[in-house]
Amino acid sequence: MFKLLAQVGKYSLFMKGLFAKPEKFSVYLRQTALEMATMAWGSIGIVALISSFLGAVVAIQSAYNLSNPFVPISAVAWVTRDSMILEFASTIICLVLAGKIGSSIASELGTMRVTEQIDALEIMGINSSGYLVLPKIVAALLVFPILVIISMFLGIAGGYIGCITAGVMTSADFRKGVIEDFIPFNVTFSLIKTVLYAFAITSVSSYQGYYTDGGALEVGRSSTKAVVYSCTLILVLDYITTQLLLA
Amino acid sequence: MIEVQHISKKFGDRVVLNDVSMTFIQGNTNLVIGGSGNGKTVLMKCMIGLLEVDQGNILYDQRNFTVMDFKERKPVRQEIGMVFQGGALFDSMDVEENVIFPMSMFTSWSDAEKVERANFCLQKVNLPNANRLKISELSGGMRKRVAIARAIALKPKYLFCDEPNSGLDPKTSHVIDELLKEITDEFQITTIINTHDMNSVVEIGERIFFINKGQKAWEGSLDDVLQTDNQELNDFIFSSKLMKGLRK
Repeated sequence: MFKLLAQVGKYSLFMKGLFAKPEKFSVYLRQTALEMATMAWGSIGIVALISSFLGAVVAIQSAYNLSNPFVPISAVAWVTRDSMILEFASTIICLVLAGKIGSSIASELGTMRVTEQIDALEIMGINSSGYLVLPKIVAALLVFPILVIISMFLGIAGGYIGCITAGVMTSADFRKGVIEDFIPFNVTFSLIKTVLYAFAITSVSSYQGYYTDGGALEVGRSSTKAVVYSCTLILVLDYITTQLLLA
Repeated sequence: MIEVQHISKKFGDRVVLNDVSMTFIQGNTNLVIGGSGNGKTVLMKCMIGLLEVDQGNILYDQRNFTVMDFKERKPVRQEIGMVFQGGALFDSMDVEENVIFPMSMFTSWSDAEKVERANFCLQKVNLPNANRLKISELSGGMRKRVAIARAIALKPKYLFCDEPNSGLDPKTSHVIDELLKEITDEFQITTIINTHDMNSVVEIGERIFFINKGQKAWEGSLDDVLQTDNQELNDFIFSSKLMKGLRK
C-alpha cells in the first residue's frame, strides 16, 4: 500500500514537472507536430484493419442472434452503430493503441534513460520531462479522437459490407437502421472517454519509460508494465465514465 | 574556476564521497583519476547536479550551485558542456541536428548561423563531412567526437568528460586527448576529465586528483605524479608493466 502511494506521489510530481514553462515554444511545437505525424501514420493502418473487421463481425453476430420476428432486421445496423460508437471504437481501439503507442513510448524513453540521453538534456538545462513527454501527451490528445472517429466510420462501413456480402439484409435496411434513433451524445461520450484514455496511455507509459533504471532488460520490463498499467487504467476509466455519464 | 568544498554523498549507509575538496583551474585539463567504484563518476554527477550532495558546496566562479533550484541552475548549466562515457547522442537526430540542438533550445540564431557554428564545431573535431550521418552509422571514436562538438557548441566555460577514452583504440584515444587539450587551451575552458587511462594522464594531465575510497587521496601536477611516494597512488598508477618500465 505504501509503495502504491509512493508511486502515485512520484507520478503526480512527474506530471507537475511537465507543465513548467517551455525553454523554447517553437521547438516544443515542432516536436508535437512530429509526434502527431508519427502517431497518426503509424496507427492508421492497424486502426482501419481492426475497426472494419470488428464492425463486420458485430453486424453478422447481431443478425445471427436476432431471431425474434418482432424485432426489425434494421436493428442489426443500429446495434452495430451503437456498439462501434459507444465501446469498440474508443475502448477496444485504445487498448490496441496502448499496446502499440504505449510500449513504443516506454521503450523510447527507457532507452534514452539508460543511454544517458535524458541526463544530457538535464545538463543542458532543459526540462527533460517537459521536452520529451509533453509533446507526446498533447499529440495523443489531438490524434486519438481523430483515429477513433475514423474507427467509428470504418466499423459501421465494415458492418455494412459484412451484412451485404453475407446476405443478412439489404442495403436499404442497413442505411435505415444506421440513422434510426441516433443519439449524438453517444459520440461525445465516446470522445470524452478517448481523451481520458489518450492521457492515461501516454502519461503512464512515459512515466514507466522515464524512470527506467538499469539496462536493456529493464527497458523491456518498463515497456511491458506500461502496456499492462495502461490497459488496466483504460478498463477502470471505461467503467467510471460509463457510470458517471450513461447510468 | 570550479571549487568543490567538503562534499559528501551517501547512498543508504554506503558512503561514496567523504569530505572531498578540490579546485579546478580555468584553462587547465584537470584529471580525476582513481579505480573503478571509488567515486569519480558520483563526484562528476554531483558537480553537474545530476545527483544532490548530502553536505558541502560546489562553486562555479563563486556561484554556489548546491543551493540553487532547477530554475536558478539553468544559466549555469548552459555554460556547461558534458561528454558522456557512451556519447549520449540523440539517436533520433543526425550528426548536424545533434550539434545544433543546444543552439535551437537556447539561442535566437538564424538557421544559417546555427549551421555555420555546427560546421565550425565539427571541423574542430575533425568530422568535416559527417553532417548528415545517422548516429547508428558512427564508430565509437566518431561518437565521442560528435559528443565533444555538441558540448562545445554553446561555447561552454566548463567542460566535463566522463571516461572519454573508454572502449577506444590507443590511436583514437590519443586523438581525443589531443582534441580535449587543444579545445581547453584555445577557449580557456575549465576542463574536468574522469579517467583511469594512464596514457591520458601522461599526455594531457596538467592538474591531477586521485580519488581513493571516496576521498581525495592526492593532488598534484604530472611531474609530481610520477615521483610521488603515496603508496595507494603508486599502486594505482604503476600497476601495469608499461608504467613500471616508464618509472624505471
